[in-house]
Amino acid sequence: MSAEDKIPVTVLTGYLGAGKTTLLNRILTEPHGKKFAVVVNEFGEVGIDNDLVVGADEEVFEMNNGCICCTVRGDLIRIIESLMKRKGRFDAIIVETTGLADPAPVAQTFFVDQDVAEKTRLDAVVTVVDAKWLSERLKDAPEARNQIAFADVLILNKTDLVTEAELAAVEALIRGINPYAKLHKTQRSAVPLDAVLGRNAFDLDRILDIEPDFLEPGHHHHHSDEIGSIAITVEGDINPEKFMPWINEFTQVRGPDLLRCKGILAFKNEPRRFVFQGVHMILDGDLQRDWREDETRQSKMVFIGRKLNRQEIEAAVEACRA
Amino acid sequence: MTTQAQTSLTQNVTALDGGDHVITAAFIGAHPVLALADGCVKIITDGQTKSLAPHTGAPVLLGCVAGDTLLTGGEDGKIIATSADGSLTELADNKGRWVDALVAGPAQSIAWSCGKSVFCRDGKGQIRTWDAPSSVRGLGFLPKGYRLAIAHYNGASLWFPNSEAKPESLDWKGSHLDLTVSPDGRFIVTSMQENTLHGWRLADKKDMRMSGYPSKVRSLSWSHDGQWLATSGAEAAVIWPFKDKDGPMGKPPRECGVRPAKITQVAFHPKSLVLAIGYEDNCILLCRLTDAAELLVRRPVDGAGSITSMAWDGAGKRLIFGTSEGQAGLLTLP
Ligand SMILES: [Zn+2]
Repeated sequence: MSAEDKIPVTVLTGYLGAGKTTLLNRILTEPHGKKFAVVVNEFGEVGIDNDLVVGADEEVFEMNNGCICCTVRGDLIRIIESLMKRKGRFDAIIVETTGLADPAPVAQTFFVDQDVAEKTRLDAVVTVVDAKWLSERLKDAPEARNQIAFADVLILNKTDLVTEAELAAVEALIRGINPYAKLHKTQRSAVPLDAVLGRNAFDLDRILDIEPDFLEPGHHHHHSDEIGSIAITVEGDINPEKFMPWINEFTQVRGPDLLRCKGILAFKNEPRRFVFQGVHMILDGDLQRDWREDETRQSKMVFIGRKLNRQEIEAAVEACRA
Repeated sequence: MTTQAQTSLTQNVTALDGGDHVITAAFIGAHPVLALADGCVKIITDGQTKSLAPHTGAPVLLGCVAGDTLLTGGEDGKIIATSADGSLTELADNKGRWVDALVAGPAQSIAWSCGKSVFCRDGKGQIRTWDAPSSVRGLGFLPKGYRLAIAHYNGASLWFPNSEAKPESLDWKGSHLDLTVSPDGRFIVTSMQENTLHGWRLADKKDMRMSGYPSKVRSLSWSHDGQWLATSGAEAAVIWPFKDKDGPMGKPPRECGVRPAKITQVAFHPKSLVLAIGYEDNCILLCRLTDAAELLVRRPVDGAGSITSMAWDGAGKRLIFGTSEGQAGLLTLP
């Protein structure tokens, strides 16, 4: 089955009351002519406006390698197996998680389970954030930080309830955790559908550039146990024989602390760009299109995670120079 | 006769009117029956097809034979028994919760699960429930007594529905999927998320690991004498010997029906050591264990999907099958 034939899956996360259900109903009711299968938590909010709504238990299973970050959603594997027997009944799947859920097991399900990966593809993790209450949430709920760190698309909602200065502060807070997700400021979760669906965030072909929107120094200082991000740019070429073993080992050893990573690299004597992306220990990378004449051959990487040491990572990448 | 004709039974197959993804192809009494993902149940009598919608339009998630009826679990959360005459009986209503596993047991009992909840219904209609430690994927009745084996995360449990006693647990780390009990009740085997099988010898709970599969094992079938367990999941039917006290431990499995396509369904003949093997490319072979002779039942057809269900009738004269693209057929042995 080719990538285009696979059913896209959007994961919708966000802390309770942030506007997740409002966004979901917006997606479902707009006149787009698309049919969705929606997977919601069994004990979650009611009032979802869709024909096909499936209740899930959010059961997280460890894989047998004994690693704490290598987890999948067992219930989701079962639900998708059943859903995929009804071809033509829906065009896309939306998985809504509870406010307390870690998005990693959901995302990893689409890479780890063979049968699920054969028929579906993860399109993007969309996180809805409440502009008014986020700073409070970040103090008492580690899940909220996880959900921001993991996102490909961030919906900063309820902007009408805060002042401009407060909004700027919340945005800075978010960018300190996740500098590369697409950020949309909304009221009542009003966002164009194409900002949320059809993102291909995990497709190596579509990782066109890594331009953190917010890279002012100073915002990366965070307590070592908190989630933060490290963006690295290297001018000149990288030696793949040094880089590949390093990134493989780094993601294996630091997998539990490393939530997401992405990179576009210039390998020595290689006319094509090497693109990689990862979720915890799951790493996917390939040579993609040629570097264009007007592009500078430089390597950029973003790492998002806990207890990441900038000096250590910078030194390791520096040692991979060609 | 040409050599081709001698090794092929394709002439003995008649097409059945499928339509949608075949969830269950089976026999109720002498009648071939198909349960389709779109919610339709078709009963074939003397070449005539009767179509029913036991779940009033809701899709069928799974099905199994119970005596002279076909049981189906639908997206409506109901379990319906369909008889050959077309009559429908509602056996359970789980209020919209999807049924994840469904089996028939001795004395008209049935068991099913929704998430963590396991239900046993005896022949008189008395329903007992038990909450497993995690979601349940596979169920199997033991051949003697009213006792159910339940596969879940990190192992399996053995439950006497009529007893207040806490179910006995069989521990093995990981996610267990389908479950089968050997016909003599000595062994329990589960398939696992990590492309392996796990077994327990019930007498002493001794663990057995059966690994080496390139994908998940989703079809398991015991030979009529209970001495062999055939499994899907590889490009050959992998058949484990269970004759000895130790089961398959320390013994290599037999392999048959090697083709460049993954096996999705296996079904042992009810009276002889002949295995029906269905592939992901919808090809079907019969394989005789004694001399590895192979007979072609169905040639692969492009776009017809994989074999999703296959069953022999009680006499072992006919084999019914269905595919993920809604094709179905009936083999009548010469
Ligand atoms: Zn891990």
